[in-house]
Amino acid sequence: MTNSFYFINAIRFALLVLVQVLVFNRLNFFGFINPMVYILFLYWYPIKENRALFIGIGFLLGLSIDFFSDTMALHAASTVTIAYLRPAIMRFVFGVNYEFQSFKLSNTTRAQQITFLALLVIAHHVIFFTLEFFSLANLLLILKKVIFNGFATLTLCLLFGSLFSVRKE
Amino acid sequence: MQQIIKFIIRYKTSLLYMLLLLIALAFTIQSHSYHRSKYFNSANWITGGIYNTFNNISVYFDLDEENEKLLEENRRLRYWLFNKEENDSIEMDTTALNYKVMSAQIIKNSYANPNNYITINKGNKDSIKQDMGVITAKGILGIVEHTSSRYSAVQSILNTKSNINAKIKNTNYFGSLVWDTERYDVVQLEDIPRLVPLLVGDTIVTGAMSSIFPENIPIGTIKKFDLNASKSFYSIDVELFNDMTNVKNVYIIDNVNRTEVLQLESEIADDQ
Repeated sequence: MTNSFYFINAIRFALLVLVQVLVFNRLNFFGFINPMVYILFLYWYPIKENRALFIGIGFLLGLSIDFFSDTMALHAASTVTIAYLRPAIMRFVFGVNYEFQSFKLSNTTRAQQITFLALLVIAHHVIFFTLEFFSLANLLLILKKVIFNGFATLTLCLLFGSLFSVRKE
Repeated sequence: MQQIIKFIIRYKTSLLYMLLLLIALAFTIQSHSYHRSKYFNSANWITGGIYNTFNNISVYFDLDEENEKLLEENRRLRYWLFNKEENDSIEMDTTALNYKVMSAQIIKNSYANPNNYITINKGNKDSIKQDMGVITAKGILGIVEHTSSRYSAVQSILNTKSNINAKIKNTNYFGSLVWDTERYDVVQLEDIPRLVPLLVGDTIVTGAMSSIFPENIPIGTIKKFDLNASKSFYSIDVELFNDMTNVKNVYIIDNVNRTEVLQLESEIADDQ
């Protein structure tokens, strides 16, 4: 079970990075909307795992996207932050029962899943675009990008989520 | 001491997060200065290789359109060639030439970020070096920022760090070309004094101050102009000739005399 677990996550990591840089980074919908579907990795990653490892993987995921898209370490900074914040967000969305042994993402309601994903996406996008512009003079532009990109990311992540739903193990 | 160790163990995830975040921020901030993002670019062999592989597939989809563009460019060049007054005596002494031109293909383009970079499929092996100019048939595109052995990362003119000397065609009024990140088809020309007569539709070309680009490479036309806050200079919106969303074949310009020019300039700077 553990072997297949590592295998699945490694494949998922590689595929999401490739899909992100080869398809979604080239989308440029309306000239500026590039959904960041790789956030799904952090959404799908098992809950019971070692937190430090999870933060490390989040950093690596962001860094590999950065290498492809010439964005310094912006993706890394955002993914490492949402990886760190994920337990807090889960506690907020699912209440205390997410800490129970029997908790599974697939057993929660649709609304909860969407809220959880939306919070991850919003946190990620706010950090990403704020750091990218690096000035408050462009506040409106940042807001516009966060809202439109966030909406696109959320929609696509939900579509992908229902297409490749988390396996019931 | 024990207290410190306890503290570290207790907050180890938070500390790890802080550390990684600091690393990420350090990389991001230090690369805001010119030429520092040395390790963070898509010109290395692995990312370049992946982009190149996928480009080899996707290039077939717009082959017709690219051929059309190249044909149009050839037509224009031939038109100039045939209408030149002494077209029988073109000098071909390659040692006396100032500029070398190489060709390359874009394997990754971006224009939606504030700092856009383009990756091309030529590198050190094809004698591409840092600070060479990159143009297309229609106009200016950017400057080579990093090279690996087979790929190069080009800083696009759609980059907040980009700053290129430009002037109004057929005059000597020059300013610097920057980008305000708003639109991918409009860049800004700053520092043109207010006494300069301007008209919407005037052509903007590269200036003679640059040791990277030859003079008079087309950039775009004036879309609108306003006086800036200090009321003594214009800030001009320039509509680009290039469609930055759809470029494939590019030319790289090597100024043979660049090192000499730079050396002279540094000598002057030392004397002062």
